[in-house]
Amino acid sequence: MKNTGRLPNIRNLGILLRVLIIANTALALIAFTLSTDLADFFQRIATISALAQPMLLSSLLLLYGGYPLITKLNYKQGLIAILALVTLCTSAIYSLFAQLWVFDDLPALSRILFSALSISAFTLYYFNLRYRAHSPAVTEARLQALQARIRPHFLFNSINAVLSLIRSQPKQAETALEDMADLFRVLMADNRELVPLAQEIALCRQYLALEKLRLNERLNIQWQIDNMPPDALIPPLVLQPLVENAVYHGIEPLAGGGTITIQIYTKLNEIHLVLRNPYSTPKHHQHGNKMALGNIKERLTLHFDLEASLKSKQEKGEYEVHIVLPHQKQKH
Amino acid sequence: MLNILIADDEAPARNRLRDLLTDIGNNHIVAEAKNGKEALQRADELQPDIVLLDIRMPEMDGIEAAQHLQKLSKPPAIIFTTAFDNYAIQAFDMSAVDYLLKPIRLERLEKALQKARALQPQQLAALTPLSPRKTHLTITERGRILLVPVDDIIYLRAELKYVTVRTAEREYLLEESLTHLEQEFDSLFIRLHRNCLVAHAYILGYEKRSSDEHGEKQWVALLKHVPETITVSRRQQHLIRVT
Repeated sequence: MKNTGRLPNIRNLGILLRVLIIANTALALIAFTLSTDLADFFQRIATISALAQPMLLSSLLLLYGGYPLITKLNYKQGLIAILALVTLCTSAIYSLFAQLWVFDDLPALSRILFSALSISAFTLYYFNLRYRAHSPAVTEARLQALQARIRPHFLFNSINAVLSLIRSQPKQAETALEDMADLFRVLMADNRELVPLAQEIALCRQYLALEKLRLNERLNIQWQIDNMPPDALIPPLVLQPLVENAVYHGIEPLAGGGTITIQIYTKLNEIHLVLRNPYSTPKHHQHGNKMALGNIKERLTLHFDLEASLKSKQEKGEYEVHIVLPHQKQKH
Repeated sequence: MLNILIADDEAPARNRLRDLLTDIGNNHIVAEAKNGKEALQRADELQPDIVLLDIRMPEMDGIEAAQHLQKLSKPPAIIFTTAFDNYAIQAFDMSAVDYLLKPIRLERLEKALQKARALQPQQLAALTPLSPRKTHLTITERGRILLVPVDDIIYLRAELKYVTVRTAEREYLLEESLTHLEQEFDSLFIRLHRNCLVAHAYILGYEKRSSDEHGEKQWVALLKHVPETITVSRRQQHLIRVT
């Protein structure tokens, strides 16, 4: 798949919505330019829509069906294919209307084709720009920035905890160091590809084992993941930073500790990740939380566009993060 | 022989310090505390020479604990310990406060113990911004240190040299200026009278009552948990319209 990303994935709901918005805005602009007053504007937009919407929708429908074929082409061929398809649909609908005498004064085909192709070209240019703004180089830089933000507080405290174990419980110290190595291997890896959910869960468990070492009975975890699809694909490091936030902001400030609840389930072909932790109003300046959330949100958008969402709320001394993402299975 | 108190919320961190102190020798660990509040109480009872004080702790952090520790009759020397805290480290370096970075090295700890001494007032002043708002007030009463949670305070009233601190249970006397308290706990209290700060959280409402002398009507604030009311001075009446 040579052109993944640069050509819009027309099967994605968010992309489809954007195409519709761009095309209809263009139509409205045309109507506005030609019209003399408000009544005229509505009159014109109705006429233009009656002509243009069938062209737009049939093009989109064909593109939707032909998407697997288009992905096999390179970028240039893909562009030509899409524009050819738009030309074909526009001409077909035009000749249909011309034969049926639906409109009294149909504009020349060349002018309609010019408009249709202009709008298509603009839309494709927009998606190309958008892709470049979110290109792997930029994404990677952002990912690396995120990795640098893994709390040094956690690293040094964990090393300190392991040091305290070496004399009295060498076995436990060994396990802790192994967990730490695994954790940092993932944190330092190339994290652009989606990973199975089960892998992210395993990472969280290792991270929590280390925190448990320091916080002991103050840290309780409740996993509600019986209905979780282990092979579903998610962006890596989506859950772990959230768990880390929950420990840092939720559990550590409580002398008696508290419980973090992690709930994962599927509903209507969507995966829901829900994380809850106790939360008391901060007495000190706290930073970093918003940054991690923003970063995760951004990566979800890069991978799933509008089909993924992240919401957080705070009520009755409890903080909740709720992530929804489409259920993508591993390809075999 | 140095008497040492260890304060850290994480058991492994306390164990590590205990191991290192045993290696160094010539010291005695008088107690271990899991938060700043506990450290303060233990220090008040046991009068250690040195407190090894973690910064990030629940209930009361190390910075606030250090401020209260200075008010003890025999203030201990303080060595802060921290895994990572850019702001704190900058402040420590600037005011030459002793601190140890975790994981702590034996030689560094040894050196810190040798030169440990009580914090100077100007050093304390440099640390104040790190703990923007205290969670407790320390009150000295018959040679004992009492900790009053700021959230429990209903009102603060200036009386000659002292400030009366009123909680639901009782009153305390504090040697402090009302203006200073007003600045520190700005968002929690409202100044209803020249000599009185009242906690927003404990105000039930306001009522117009006639005062005895001139028969003039005056606004008073009704409070939760206590029968007494606080007169709202004429100058401050605009405040209650807003609230």
